[in-house]
Amino acid sequence: MSDYRIQGATGEWEVVIGLEVHAQVVSEAKLFSGAATAFGAEPNTQVSLVDAAMPGMLPTPNVECIRQAVRTGLAIDAKINQWSRFDRKNYFYADLPQGYQISQLYHPLVGEGQITVDLPGENGAGATKTIGIERIHVEQDAGKLMHDQHPSFSYVDLNRSGVALMEIVSRPDMRSPEEAGAYVRKLRAILRYVGSCDGNMEQGSMRADVNVSVRKPGEAFGTRTETKNVNSVRFIMAVIEHEARRQVEVIEDGGVVVQETRLYDPDRNETRSLRSKEDAHDYRYFPDPDLLPLELSDAFVEDCRASLPELPDAKRSRYEGELGLSAYNADVLTAEVETARWFEALLAAGKGDAAFAQRASNWVISDLFGALNKLGKGIEDSPVTPAQASSLLGLVADGTLSGTLAKQVFEIMLETGEDPDKIVEERGLKQTSDTGAIEAVIAEIMAANADKVAEYRAGKDKLFGFFVGQTMKAMAGKANPGVVNELLKKALG
Amino acid sequence: MTALTDLGIAALRDGVKDGAFSAREVATAFNASVEKGRALNAFIVETPDLALAAADAADAARASGDLKPLSGVPLGIKDLFCTKGVQTTAASRILEGFEPVYESTVSGKLFAAGAGMLGKLNMDEFAMGSSNETSGFGNVISPWRRSDGGNAALAPGGSSGGSSTAVSARLCPGATGTDTGGSIRQPAAFTGISGIKPTYGRCSRFGIVAFASSLDQAGPMARDVRDCAILLEAMAGFDVRDSTSLDLPVPKWEAGLSADLKGKRVGIPKEYRIDGVPAEIDAVWEQGIAWLRDAGAEIVEVSLPHTKYALPTYYIIAPAEASSNLARYDGVRYGLRVAPEQGSLADMYEATRAAGFGAEVKRRIMIGTYVLSAGFYDAYFNQAQKVRALIARDFERAWASCDLLLTPTAPSAAFGLGEKSDDPIAMYLNDVFAVPASLAGLPAMSVPAGLDGQGLPLGLQIISRALDEQTVLNAGLAIEQRAGFTHRPEAWW
Repeated sequence: MSDYRIQGATGEWEVVIGLEVHAQVVSEAKLFSGAATAFGAEPNTQVSLVDAAMPGMLPTPNVECIRQAVRTGLAIDAKINQWSRFDRKNYFYADLPQGYQISQLYHPLVGEGQITVDLPGENGAGATKTIGIERIHVEQDAGKLMHDQHPSFSYVDLNRSGVALMEIVSRPDMRSPEEAGAYVRKLRAILRYVGSCDGNMEQGSMRADVNVSVRKPGEAFGTRTETKNVNSVRFIMAVIEHEARRQVEVIEDGGVVVQETRLYDPDRNETRSLRSKEDAHDYRYFPDPDLLPLELSDAFVEDCRASLPELPDAKRSRYEGELGLSAYNADVLTAEVETARWFEALLAAGKGDAAFAQRASNWVISDLFGALNKLGKGIEDSPVTPAQASSLLGLVADGTLSGTLAKQVFEIMLETGEDPDKIVEERGLKQTSDTGAIEAVIAEIMAANADKVAEYRAGKDKLFGFFVGQTMKAMAGKANPGVVNELLKKALG
Repeated sequence: MTALTDLGIAALRDGVKDGAFSAREVATAFNASVEKGRALNAFIVETPDLALAAADAADAARASGDLKPLSGVPLGIKDLFCTKGVQTTAASRILEGFEPVYESTVSGKLFAAGAGMLGKLNMDEFAMGSSNETSGFGNVISPWRRSDGGNAALAPGGSSGGSSTAVSARLCPGATGTDTGGSIRQPAAFTGISGIKPTYGRCSRFGIVAFASSLDQAGPMARDVRDCAILLEAMAGFDVRDSTSLDLPVPKWEAGLSADLKGKRVGIPKEYRIDGVPAEIDAVWEQGIAWLRDAGAEIVEVSLPHTKYALPTYYIIAPAEASSNLARYDGVRYGLRVAPEQGSLADMYEATRAAGFGAEVKRRIMIGTYVLSAGFYDAYFNQAQKVRALIARDFERAWASCDLLLTPTAPSAAFGLGEKSDDPIAMYLNDVFAVPASLAGLPAMSVPAGLDGQGLPLGLQIISRALDEQTVLNAGLAIEQRAGFTHRPEAWW
């Protein structure tokens, strides 16, 4: 892949990108209280006395949230800090009942790790790049202000207040919007494989603060800006593009980039200043005296490690290496956890060898994806189960169904959800190798097309296809194509 | 017959059990005493009905033969403890009218043990003060008067001044207190009663309005050592809702009481001999040393070299934590709200907190905010944390050569109301002997030892190793038996 460059009046500029991804931890209860965390509940129905910061209430850590963050850290090959600590980040806002957010500034739970992303290469040759992760820490989410409920008051919904977030901080290792997009997609895939975050960016369970700076290639880092709370991969890429161009313009016009916090406006596709460094809050971080340092035993960490599923990179190389899938198929089938899960179930149902796996992978990618695409459904909502798909592939393999018949049966399966065996049985869609029946049909066709028979016999070989087509049509597609070929050759001489 | 209100916890408990009097008679007598003592301003809320209800339950329990450890004992509860359905203000106007829907663990344990509640005791606002003059509900007046014939109103000590006054004036037989930097011990000393701050973590902080989380500890205040042991047994114990509470069984302190100190070594810290302390304080200290020697203990001189840094360290750490803990009083969810016309959210915060907090609370919030702010954090807060560790190490080293320490509780007897209120530093100096044990989280107790030349009580402080409340109580008992302190304030109210 050629280097991404901004063409400025003074030459080429390189973009430097770092991302802070906030990922909501999948857990029944909040980080420091027993309140529930489900999305979309009525306002203020998932709020404990702790979340509302009533006088005398104390936080107590929810081990499940810690476990999820540790599992995430292990999944990105990161150092797990078995001694970490919670700090208070102090600021006033109506969505922050305590007047501070419990976070981890000084001693985060997870240290350095990395993620390898795939980049589309030139001429189809894929390249990979390793993006460093500086840290993952856990912290509380804030509540939500609602400004449209009353003409002169704002309302506060504290359902989200205290929900556990992982803040995953990358190194400034990305150099293009594509790299950033690939990084977020890969990170999201890993989180979903691990099950520590549902990765749902529309519902806000994953969002990113985008740090961007520009420099002339080879020079020192420029001043960065941070665009807050960007909630889709597309927007993240748009922010980088826009912000890089804006910074180049500022510098080339003789100005300086101000270190500041910016907001992205998707409607106008632009970022604008939220506050400058001078107006930045002094958060007065200090260790939360209500909480003891978090000390994790070796056994706890090992238990987290043992609970990890096979992750996308490992799965992909197994598909390529052991099952002999093409690089493309392996990539497509492992990119999303739902696809991988479905395909694994199909492999298990088929109890097949590598040959089955290869056929199955092609079928999933062409037939199943095509059908789901038309239906507008995700694979997790597929009307056809992996077991049914396995039966269908089995019917093709043992010659019961031709490719054409298999497609017909699949269509019916999609509509009815019925098992392929039942469909084949009830609708008589079985492929026939009955030579008597086929020979009779061939005889009829030859009689009706005597002219074409003569032409064929005179050397017009390509008419053979015509006879195959006519025969298959007359057999309603159920004739075994191999047998048809053989008998036609004999009859036509 | 002795008036019921002259009886302590043990006598009331045993009397109800033996049928010498009914719990209802006890509650009725104390309710009357509370009402008669209103001039002392010891209570913010009186709850005679709750005292009677608990008494009736105790009488019924006696009839059915299932008396609990504190059946028939009515108590005063410091207003820092959240009490379900009863206004809890921490003596701050910002919480006026606030009725918790929950019970603090400590008060809940006392009530579960059969105790009743006479009312909520006045205190320094948010426990910040040593004289009760910072209460938002008017200061408590000590029942004691100088023997010079003048009737200058004296400070009951602080912050648990309502507790000290109520116990000393026989408005209740015992009370809860909290101690952050001497708030149980100094008022106990000022009013001639006993009070113990247990090891940090013995009593749950859940439901206690937080002042400085790493220092706050609940403890009992009562007329003698045995009563303190009885109450502490009921108050202490592990609580999953407070991560800093200690998961240890509660010792049988009352059963373990013994005034025999043979084999115990009593350390006399030379750094506690400070300039400007009245000779009478030194004299009572010497007397205490003689008493403990008489009880069989060996006396050794020890050194706690970082003692002189304890007070400044405390006045960095406590305000720092308080500045954050008090951020939740913002007018958004409960308590006072002052919202200026057309004002912004920030305007509401400012107006609410300006109106709701008193001067001392504001002073400490500002100090705390300052010592945590960028550029000062390392010089103040971080440095204070390090010094705190050194102070704790001083004690650790002292335990190599002794089992307990004996010191004066406060550098003076009770001062007059208004005498120090214009000089915060002079006020802070009152806790000079109390603060080191708080910073180290050690159990410490004040017992009355004698009167000064003006007829005012003086207390001695005993400090021991973490978790060794028994040694503290036993040494207190040894002093109590030898001091024969039977003085009580003459009722003028």
